[in-house]
Amino acid sequence: MTAKLPPGLQLEKEDDKIMTLNVGPQHPGSGHMRLIIKVDGDFIVSCDPDPGYVHRGEEKMAEYRNYITNIPHLERPVIHDSCNILYPYVLGVEELLGLEVPERAKYIRVIAAELNRIVYTLYWLGIYGIFLGHSTMFMWPMGDRELAIDLLEKLTGARVTHSYFVPGGIRNDAPANFEDVCIRQVNYLEKRLRTYGDIFYDNPILIARTENTGILTREDAIRLGTTGTVLRASGVDFDIRTKEPYDVYDELDVHTNVLKNGDSYDRSKTPWLDMLESCNIIRQALEKMPKSGSVRVKLKPNPKGGDDEVYKRVESGRGSLGTYIVSRSKPEPYRLKMSVGSFRNLICLPYLLKGEKLGNMPAVYWSLNYWPVEADR
Amino acid sequence: MSVIAPKFKLSYFIKSLTDNIFWIIVLLTLIGIPIIMIVLIFVDLPVHDGELVNPFLAFTMIFHPELAVPFLKSIIYSDFFKIAAFPGFGFAALLAAATIFAERKLLAKMQLRVGPFYCGKFEGILQLMGDGLKLISKEIIIPAKADKPLFWAAPVLFVATAAAFVALIPVAPGWVVADLDLGLIAVFAVIGFFPIITVISSWSANSKYPFIGGIRALHQMVSFEIPLILSLLGVTILTGTLSLSEIVHAQENYWLIVFLPIGAIVFFISMLAELERIPFDLPEAESEIVAGWLTEFSGMMYGLVQLGSYIKLYAFAGLFVVLFLGGWQGPMVVPPFPEEIITEGIQAGPITVQIAGLPIVSQEMLNGTLWFTLKTVAVIFFILIPRGVFPRIRIDMLLSIGWNKLIALAFVNMFIAVGLIYAGILGPGGIW
Repeated sequence: MTAKLPPGLQLEKEDDKIMTLNVGPQHPGSGHMRLIIKVDGDFIVSCDPDPGYVHRGEEKMAEYRNYITNIPHLERPVIHDSCNILYPYVLGVEELLGLEVPERAKYIRVIAAELNRIVYTLYWLGIYGIFLGHSTMFMWPMGDRELAIDLLEKLTGARVTHSYFVPGGIRNDAPANFEDVCIRQVNYLEKRLRTYGDIFYDNPILIARTENTGILTREDAIRLGTTGTVLRASGVDFDIRTKEPYDVYDELDVHTNVLKNGDSYDRSKTPWLDMLESCNIIRQALEKMPKSGSVRVKLKPNPKGGDDEVYKRVESGRGSLGTYIVSRSKPEPYRLKMSVGSFRNLICLPYLLKGEKLGNMPAVYWSLNYWPVEADR
Repeated sequence: MSVIAPKFKLSYFIKSLTDNIFWIIVLLTLIGIPIIMIVLIFVDLPVHDGELVNPFLAFTMIFHPELAVPFLKSIIYSDFFKIAAFPGFGFAALLAAATIFAERKLLAKMQLRVGPFYCGKFEGILQLMGDGLKLISKEIIIPAKADKPLFWAAPVLFVATAAAFVALIPVAPGWVVADLDLGLIAVFAVIGFFPIITVISSWSANSKYPFIGGIRALHQMVSFEIPLILSLLGVTILTGTLSLSEIVHAQENYWLIVFLPIGAIVFFISMLAELERIPFDLPEAESEIVAGWLTEFSGMMYGLVQLGSYIKLYAFAGLFVVLFLGGWQGPMVVPPFPEEIITEGIQAGPITVQIAGLPIVSQEMLNGTLWFTLKTVAVIFFILIPRGVFPRIRIDMLLSIGWNKLIALAFVNMFIAVGLIYAGILGPGGIW
């Protein structure tokens, strides 16, 4: 006999009626993780998410690198949302080192972060489409992503891993014609995004398929500690951009999209509404942005923080994303902890899938706005 | 210790050899020899002037125009040609291949991309050939615990059943492989085989995802066969016959879709479900159950199943055309064969050649084939479109559509047909 496995990982049949399915990590509908699902006929009896296939020890790595060299590897957990995942770290280091960021850099940061949110969310939406068997919804967002990616390439020089935010501002200023190109492409992108409503969100089969599946009530959403789009789809008005505004979000008019039902349909619709809102924010930021000026304060080589602790959080594509930095008067952080939205949202998956049909598994799973690599860090 | 095959044992090797030989003998005696006997006894092989057609005869005949035409005619009008090439398998496979290419290009245009592009000089037209070569060259992997004979048999049976379905579809007047008096019943019988093959393959793979996919396919096919059959009762009531050729003849003045639109819609939706196409592709739902009942197939076994499913698609589209769109009926657009070639011969420079036996095929046959192909392509187009528009539906929604809505609509359709006969509009003694 083999060694006894912990209860969640046992793959033997417990009952003749109940079959254990190993969804992932090589399943087309799992991502870099495994869901151990037990089914009774077509109904899911229990679901045990098993993340950890792409754990890279980002937090431990951060303890051996100084505040500047930490930047490129800390954005690796979500390369499609690399500006947002770096944002709280940069804000925290700025507070530790006592840096004052120039106004223009703050606005460009907001633009880059919102563009990155669109890039991430379109990628997520494409996968949601193919999970539901809607191949057009896979191809359209993947193509339209290029618009935002091109803008970010103009701004930062890289298509996905930007390493754009640095403590004290941004790495380099926007190119000369950036504002015109940006407003044109964002307007076109918004027009494209609205067509998704026709083919996907108003599609009667999609509505029948996802409505009233995996309902997360308002109380449960708060109790289980979900964040971001999942929380807003359950009727909680919580967005860090408006509740705890950072950089220049308090000067911009940010509308929070809150839906009531908390089912898979609402959870899939909230990110789409957020993308449309991001287009608004980018337009406002482009309007209010100072047209010239410094974008980066000069740093001492190998800067040291004091004996201090700092926690900053921002609203990423997947919800609240926080970074906790402990400094002990050294060039490296003593401890760095990332609190990511994906992992918080994953917690409610076993609750949502219990009693659902197997056919609803991909719809519920991916509507949680979950990114496996981010959860593992 | 390094051994190339550490678990190798001579006794196992000999046992596997004898096992294989045993199964080959069993399959040959049970399936191979009967098929050869059937072909030899029942199928009329092409005979020219009392001599079986062979390559030697072909090479002597084909270069002499006066001998070549009767020779070609004796090949084309033989049963063997009908089964293998024109109204049968070859025609269907050609249309199926064209369907695969058209589907990929059409879907690509809907999704704002290019589709197959590089393989072949023009728009990736040889992509399918490349895919086929790739599938043939791949290793066929069979699960260790699979029931091997059944697992091997499933793709072959699938293609064979699809080909049997094709044999019942009349393409032009007189051009059908098997012109049965009870053609519609035969169609139902053939359709009834597909769920059995699906269950055989999914059960013999001895794997979880194929099992779930097979059970889903069984549910889907069995529950959609009922509205499929019921929707065709209207056609039978109005035409008073079960023979597919007779049904086409009865639609000389009007197409049945004019009087039975509900039946046509029910048939079309049930057809999509039987074909496992989006939005009814639950048995192959990728994100839920990997590839459903096709999960364990690899290499050319998968290719055969795909070929079979596209041939099935052609057969269903052809059946829809025959039952509702008037089959080969249509205005005569093909010009008649020029009389002077028959009477005066062909002038080739100083020589005049008189060729006996022209024309090879009649004007009606060409015209019928043209119209049938056009209509079938149109129906196939409408079968392909939903793939770019709809997501997949869920098994409970599927069953509720099948049992609640489609069966009720099929009964409404039947009452319409009966009403038309009682009102004296159609049928015996009717206006038309």
